[in-house]
Amino acid sequence: MYQFHYERPKTLADAEALLGKADDPKILAGGQTLIPTLKQRLAMPSDVIDIGGIKELDFIRAEGDAIMIGAGTRHATVAQSADVQKHNPALAVLAGGIGDPAVRHMGTLGGSIANNDPAADYPAACLGLDAKIHTTKRLIEADEFFKGMFETALQDGEIIKEVTFPHPEKAAYMKFRNPASRYAMVGVFVSKGPWGVRVAVTGAGQNGVFRVSEMEEALAKSWSPDAVAGIKLPAKGLNADLHGTAEYRAHLITVMAKRAVAAAG
Amino acid sequence: MSDKASGEGIGQPVRRKEDFRFITGNGHYTDDISRPHQTWTCFLRSPHAHARIKSIDTSAAEAAPGVVAVFTGKHVADDELGGLICGWTVTSKDGTPMKVGPHPILALDTVRYVGDHVAMVVAETLADARAAAELIDVDYEALPATISLATCQDETAAQVHPEAPRNTCFEWELGNKAETEAAFARADRVVKLDLTNNRLIPNAMEPRAAIGEFDKGSGIYTLHTTSQNPHVARLVLSAFVGVAPEHKLRVIAPDVGGGFGSKIFIYAEETACVWAAAKVGRPIKWTGDRSEAFLSDAHGRDHLSHAELALDKDGKFLGLRVKTIANLGAYLSTFSAAVPTYLYGTLLSGQYDLPAIHVEVDGVYTHTAPVDAYRGAGRPEATYLVERMVETAAREIGMDPAELRRRNYIRTFPHQTPVIMNYDAGDYEASLDAAMKAIDYAGFPARKSEAASRGKLRGIGMSSYIEACGLAPSAAVGSLGAGVGLWESAEVRVNPTGNVEVMTGSHSHGQGHETTFAQLVASRLGIPMEQVEIVHGDTDKVQFGMGTYGSRSGAVGMSAIVKALDKIETKAKKIAAHLMEAAVEDIAFENGTFTVRGTDKSLAWAELSLAAYTAHGFPSGEIEPGLKEGAFYDPTNFTFPAGCHICEVEIDPDTGITKIAKFVAVDDFGTVINPLIVEGQVHGGIAQGIGQALLEHGVYDAESGQLVTGSYMDYCMPRADDLPSFTLGFTKTESPSNPLGMKGCGEAGAIASPPAVINAITDALGIRDIEMPATPARVWSALQSAAPRAAAE
Repeated sequence: MYQFHYERPKTLADAEALLGKADDPKILAGGQTLIPTLKQRLAMPSDVIDIGGIKELDFIRAEGDAIMIGAGTRHATVAQSADVQKHNPALAVLAGGIGDPAVRHMGTLGGSIANNDPAADYPAACLGLDAKIHTTKRLIEADEFFKGMFETALQDGEIIKEVTFPHPEKAAYMKFRNPASRYAMVGVFVSKGPWGVRVAVTGAGQNGVFRVSEMEEALAKSWSPDAVAGIKLPAKGLNADLHGTAEYRAHLITVMAKRAVAAAG
Repeated sequence: MSDKASGEGIGQPVRRKEDFRFITGNGHYTDDISRPHQTWTCFLRSPHAHARIKSIDTSAAEAAPGVVAVFTGKHVADDELGGLICGWTVTSKDGTPMKVGPHPILALDTVRYVGDHVAMVVAETLADARAAAELIDVDYEALPATISLATCQDETAAQVHPEAPRNTCFEWELGNKAETEAAFARADRVVKLDLTNNRLIPNAMEPRAAIGEFDKGSGIYTLHTTSQNPHVARLVLSAFVGVAPEHKLRVIAPDVGGGFGSKIFIYAEETACVWAAAKVGRPIKWTGDRSEAFLSDAHGRDHLSHAELALDKDGKFLGLRVKTIANLGAYLSTFSAAVPTYLYGTLLSGQYDLPAIHVEVDGVYTHTAPVDAYRGAGRPEATYLVERMVETAAREIGMDPAELRRRNYIRTFPHQTPVIMNYDAGDYEASLDAAMKAIDYAGFPARKSEAASRGKLRGIGMSSYIEACGLAPSAAVGSLGAGVGLWESAEVRVNPTGNVEVMTGSHSHGQGHETTFAQLVASRLGIPMEQVEIVHGDTDKVQFGMGTYGSRSGAVGMSAIVKALDKIETKAKKIAAHLMEAAVEDIAFENGTFTVRGTDKSLAWAELSLAAYTAHGFPSGEIEPGLKEGAFYDPTNFTFPAGCHICEVEIDPDTGITKIAKFVAVDDFGTVINPLIVEGQVHGGIAQGIGQALLEHGVYDAESGQLVTGSYMDYCMPRADDLPSFTLGFTKTESPSNPLGMKGCGEAGAIASPPAVINAITDALGIRDIEMPATPARVWSALQSAAPRAAAE
């Protein structure tokens, strides 16, 4: 690890002020990616602003037809929340399947989506549930938020405050884990709700999370595993590595989509 | 004997004495130790698989904050230190010795793998050392690298060492070529298979670490290090590297968190720490991180083989011929030449009466990390080849694999194989029968069709393995090229109060010696285990020892203790005879009490121990005071643990995921001292074997030579949920080659399980072969190419 200046503000306003002053700051929001990156000397920020002490970012509220989750809420908290389990059980299952218990008790929703790791789980939930991402500056639709591998619509100094997840009628997430890292090699989130039908895929794409319109249209006509079973995605644009070819990933998207629809009921 | 003592005797599942300190954080691993005025070091490693070093500029690093010194290969050469050695010489079939390139402590003009050691920075803190290492300016001229095992012997392949043309270190053979060819000439059936044994990266829980120290007053060097064999390390560092004379060098291997072979070897980093400590006049500490462990610990396995098995019309094996290319990496490591030769070719007879065998092994250099012994060392490679061949042959001739094995088992002992080994005892059918019963072999077809009704592919595969342990008779290994003998030493010191310290040349790094060795001593002397201390891992305390690997510590290390205990008993009886005024022949010793036969006279162990040291009235010249005896034990033969493992898998054809539905292991380890520890060893071994079969693979980029699997993001270690609950069983034939009848259990699981798993997968898929690791992607892709064929049939 290189040396850096560390701050742990108590309020969002203080965090914004600190971000504004620093040369090359990084926000620490759980640190499940940032800390290993620092340890491997792959990042050299001037300042690390730890927003883990900001109480106003840590909440889960069910209101009307949506659940609001503070950006500082840990994965384990989301997984165990009675409100989430009741209104959005697929989201609870997804949060409960991120990483391992240590990761789930440190990592946060905001940290995950701001990092936008192409194999992260939460981006699939955000895109698959038509989530609204509220920042210190604006509201960003999930469709506009994820811009590619480790790229988001966030600007310098902008901090995610909360994510609003509308309640789905049906939803499920199925993940094929990379055998080594256990990250999603292919994760498929399917949902049906006021927004229609959504199918969001994480892990497989070279540019991060994406939607599969062909599957969405098929499921809109007939919500059943068979509706997607015959849809073969092109391998172009999918990742290929030691753990599998692009063709294998394309095949797994269909398998996971089919299983997710079956699980959603 | 007290109730407590009987509950601690041989064969009792005593809980490990050492675990309390480990699980409460009170162990003392090398990294837990700090020395006064200690400095830290880190190593600058090559980012290239192959490059010429045009120049190294260390001036900026030397001027950096906290830096004490920076050393390069030039400093090592100026001190005329020798390089790292291979302790085993293999001779090629043309009679020439293996071709060895130099292995410098720090690279001189060429780097030969990613991670090769280029420079050493010594600083006040680790952070200072790391920051300074980034300031070293190395001007490399990158050169083409040789990575592929299949093409490394091509004329056009980049040369790793000029000393070894075509990157070939040796072309070794074993067995009788003419007899084997004759056997194939009269065969009714020949089965052929190309097999890959995948490269593994050891991943001991504790990374390697060292603290080098030099005491100016006495001229004594001390090295604390993560070693499986500290005396061998001292011998190599003094006699070959020339760091210090043997009597001026102390090597301490304290608690060590796993080795699996990777800590047998004498590495550059540990050597550099002890050498440089004298140059800077302060202790130097190095703790490798996980990334360094991936790059620089010696890797395991990595063979390409072609095998052919000749059978007659009744399924009787007539002959086996094998051609193997074995990767040695960029440099020979401490025992690497022995692993794919004398620990591999000698086991190719398996459990079978195979009248003719001929094996050729080319040991080759590539621009990758050195490859050396890893849990099983050569024997897993042999077992994988033999058991894949046997299972494939059974399927091709349409015979039940169990039946084919039965037709070919060795049934009389001793049995001389065509490949050196002389098996002393075994009952292979007993373990096969027990394993088939335990897995309900007869019920498999029903389980297969039930799985099919759920859309799953179920398969079953077996592995009847044998290994050679108890390394090893010194005369035998000496005649085969070993630079050392493989006996073991022990010293039993009885204190005046009757408790006992046992110095052993074995080294425990997870095996539980503090418990099993104490069980042996306690039951023999009739005292509670808590009165026995097992002392190991310090060259100042233990006179000499060969260390722990090759499942040798029971069969060889404990045999040395038995021999020392025999001497203790002889002397103690002499003292007892004097004290009780009886003839020595009339003294009996049982349950910790000396008695005079036919009288009511008795003497307790503690009384005798005290008397041995007060020595009042000992007849001068006849009995020396004190009670301490040492022994060296050299085994008369290897031991031959054997058994049968059967694996049942269920494959999801949609994803290619293989789930191990059942795993049965029946092993014959001879006498078992502590079944709890033995079962733990079997569990760990099977986990590693399943890891090799399904998950683990050390992969280098074929062009750049970068280690693709350099972290747990890509190197897949087995996790608890990858493994089923194992069903274990034991059969027993005692080894006649050591006093306790032990055979060894540390490696069996890793040796036996990979072919059982792959035999089960190929059965489920209906294919001849699948490369390890059989990842979901590989299984799925095998199904894609198999499907049209199946449809066409």
